[in-house]
Amino acid sequence: MFDFIKDNLILNDPLIIGANISIVFTVIGIVATLTYFKKWKWLWNDWITSVDHKKIGIMYIIAALIMLFRGGVDALLMRAQLTVPNNEFLSSQHYNEIFTTHGTIMILFMAMPFLLGLMNVVVPLQIGARDVAFPFLNNLSFWSFMFGAILFNMSFVFGGSPDAGWTNYAPLAIEGSPGPGINYYLLGLQISGIGTLLTGINFVVTIIKMRAPGMTLLRMPMFTWTTLITAFIIVFAFPILTVTLALMTFDRLFGTHFFTLTAGGNPMLWSNLFWLWGHPEVYIVILPAFGIFSEIIATFARKTLFGYKSMIISLVAISGLSFVVWVHHFFTMGGSAAVNSVFSISTMAIAIPTGIKIFNWLGTLYKGRIEFTVAMMWSVAFIPTFLIGGVTGVMLGMAAADFQYHNNYFLVAHFHYTLIAGVVFACFAGFVYWYPKMFGHKMNERIGKWAFWFFSIGFNVCFLPQFVLGFSGMPRRVYTYGPEDGWTALNVISSVGAFGMGVGFMIIVYNVYYSYRFAKRELSGDAWDGRTLEWATSSAIPPHYNFAHVPEVKSADAFYYMKQERKESGKPEKVEYKPIHMPSNAGTPFIMSGLFFVGGFGLVFELWWMAILALIGIFGCMAYRSLFSHKQDAGYYVSVEEIEKTENPYKREA
Amino acid sequence: MAHSTNVDPNTPLEYQSEIGKLNIFGFWVFLGAEVALFATIFATFFVLESGTVGGPLPSEVFDLKNTIIMTLLLLISSFTSGLSINELRRRNVKGMMVWLVITLLFGAGFLYMEITEFLHLIHEGAAMGTNAYWSSFYLLTGTHGLHVSLGMLWIILVMFQVKRQGLNPDTAKKLFVSSLYWHFLDFVWIFVFTSVYLLGMVG
Repeated sequence: MFDFIKDNLILNDPLIIGANISIVFTVIGIVATLTYFKKWKWLWNDWITSVDHKKIGIMYIIAALIMLFRGGVDALLMRAQLTVPNNEFLSSQHYNEIFTTHGTIMILFMAMPFLLGLMNVVVPLQIGARDVAFPFLNNLSFWSFMFGAILFNMSFVFGGSPDAGWTNYAPLAIEGSPGPGINYYLLGLQISGIGTLLTGINFVVTIIKMRAPGMTLLRMPMFTWTTLITAFIIVFAFPILTVTLALMTFDRLFGTHFFTLTAGGNPMLWSNLFWLWGHPEVYIVILPAFGIFSEIIATFARKTLFGYKSMIISLVAISGLSFVVWVHHFFTMGGSAAVNSVFSISTMAIAIPTGIKIFNWLGTLYKGRIEFTVAMMWSVAFIPTFLIGGVTGVMLGMAAADFQYHNNYFLVAHFHYTLIAGVVFACFAGFVYWYPKMFGHKMNERIGKWAFWFFSIGFNVCFLPQFVLGFSGMPRRVYTYGPEDGWTALNVISSVGAFGMGVGFMIIVYNVYYSYRFAKRELSGDAWDGRTLEWATSSAIPPHYNFAHVPEVKSADAFYYMKQERKESGKPEKVEYKPIHMPSNAGTPFIMSGLFFVGGFGLVFELWWMAILALIGIFGCMAYRSLFSHKQDAGYYVSVEEIEKTENPYKREA
Repeated sequence: MAHSTNVDPNTPLEYQSEIGKLNIFGFWVFLGAEVALFATIFATFFVLESGTVGGPLPSEVFDLKNTIIMTLLLLISSFTSGLSINELRRRNVKGMMVWLVITLLFGAGFLYMEITEFLHLIHEGAAMGTNAYWSSFYLLTGTHGLHVSLGMLWIILVMFQVKRQGLNPDTAKKLFVSSLYWHFLDFVWIFVFTSVYLLGMVG
């Protein structure tokens, strides 16, 4: 046992030793604080076992911010290494590990949970529901994501990180990568993938079955629409990932030959299956981002979203097309011209519905009374920056031209322009916009604007030069280059920009602290003069049952029209409260996900006894859930007196 | 609202509670995900179908008579599972339990034959690590077989609950959902039988 730890704990790299020490101190710090303030019970009852969608959403977002930090540090290390030619700051192996974890973490453990967090907080409120359809499952989703993320992140201090790129191509990831790194990748993603799939199912059912009376599909807010479409993509795309990861796990652990050429296997099968999931995955993260921008632009232009129906049609079109473009990630595979042409055309076709959306947002801004809040600034900055990402995407989509761009910095710049200008801007915008809904006060606008300028200017300074670097032939994933390559100047500029983004992120974190201390507390639920139902709650942070009385929806932009109506009629009508049924907390998901973690760890190191014991435990949890679900799902009723006590302080004269 | 009052007595028991309706719809969505899962495995199987290097050909080792019996066992079990839901609708616990036991027996027969078939194949030199064809063969049939075993354990668990609590919207929902699952496995097997065994005999 001691030897096992000694062999795998990484102690030969000063950077990682530093990380080890800081991890130990952070853990000691957290444990000590919780014990000193006697907060363990609070942590267990109010957060870990909570099935409240708002709390689960907040936990997702906190996890995402931590992962953004980790992925961002990876990015800065890479930029530090590439700033000057022949740099020896990082070794090639270490550099490989860092770009692999950067990519994987940013997509799967940052972008996804950030958006899932915002969905969790907002969507049930936007449709006037008490909670999601399956609150128990929602808790399980979060914890299996979280334990998958922990397993993946453990790799860099214990056993070594995966080093075959976030795409983890065979055969490099099988024959070329001995050691536990790739196993961490396979099992960490597998476990968190379970959580994502369950969330997908949960939101499909929630949005289709639990909308407030009167909210027809064509009256749903745009963010809810994008969440619905995203949930459908998740349901059909994530099983592909499950199988793909399983295939490689079997190849690595049980000696099968799915990807071994000499035994009849096919390494390109990995690339195809990976992108068959991977491309829909890109839309899983970008569609909710579109939804967030749509909400924010409509709110701060004080106009109904322009071209609502065309937006929905283009959403559905994108979701369909997202499944038929995967080959454009490897036009150089050696497929025939006919194959490449088909995928080239389907790729370029995606530009049409996406272009429609650009005009939707521009049309909404046109003649609007625009208010430049921080959320709005992120959204307005998104439109031109994302456009650059989109247009370069079409350039990459031309199969013949792609042979020149393939795997060089032009590609790197392209996807960062879509993922950062699209997804990260949306995460920040949504974070600021719904912050009062989560924490009861706004984030400081002045500090927020500093963060915005640092981050968005830094972003462009970082990635615009990379388009040029690509044209001058700098390949992706090289850990160093020579001075004679002539890439130095642009790399220096790029690193400066990356540093600017880092500063921007730190300002956002500082803003969380500053606003917690000094921001004015919101008195009503309507912080921004919003248009959709999440702003219709009585208090800034909605009570755990969300709405004392489920609102009746008469049009799109439901809350806006309710406010108009209330203005005309004078006083709001008096409503009679009824007892509200709420789901009870659940501890099983946490334990079960913990067992997933233990089992995953056992498989990473091929400790079969550990994996088998954990598997038995998981089945035990499932049986326990089945036997006692009628008791767990019985929930409890919030009494009328309690509702009145909660609601009365917020009743003001209209 | 766990159990809404005043429901139409003609509504099937499993649809009488709010949670029942949500669960059944959610399960259909889950089955959609399962279709995607099996579709990916089938795609893998077809891609690697020609990877038979260094091992016996499927047509040399498959025993079609065996597989036809397996297919019939599973098809009949699906029918008896349907009969058990019919008894559920008639609120006849005893009849339902009898049909469920019969379903389980057919399922067990199927599993027994599948495991003996695997042992036979391994004996003939067609194991998981032989070549890509056999890897994907075991992946496909094994995933299906695993689903069948889990389905059986699940049905036993639900039967146990019916025994303890009797029929109510909660147990009825579980019976209904587990039978949906059972039918789905039957549906997948039809594709396995055709594309693995029948095509394997010709190819």
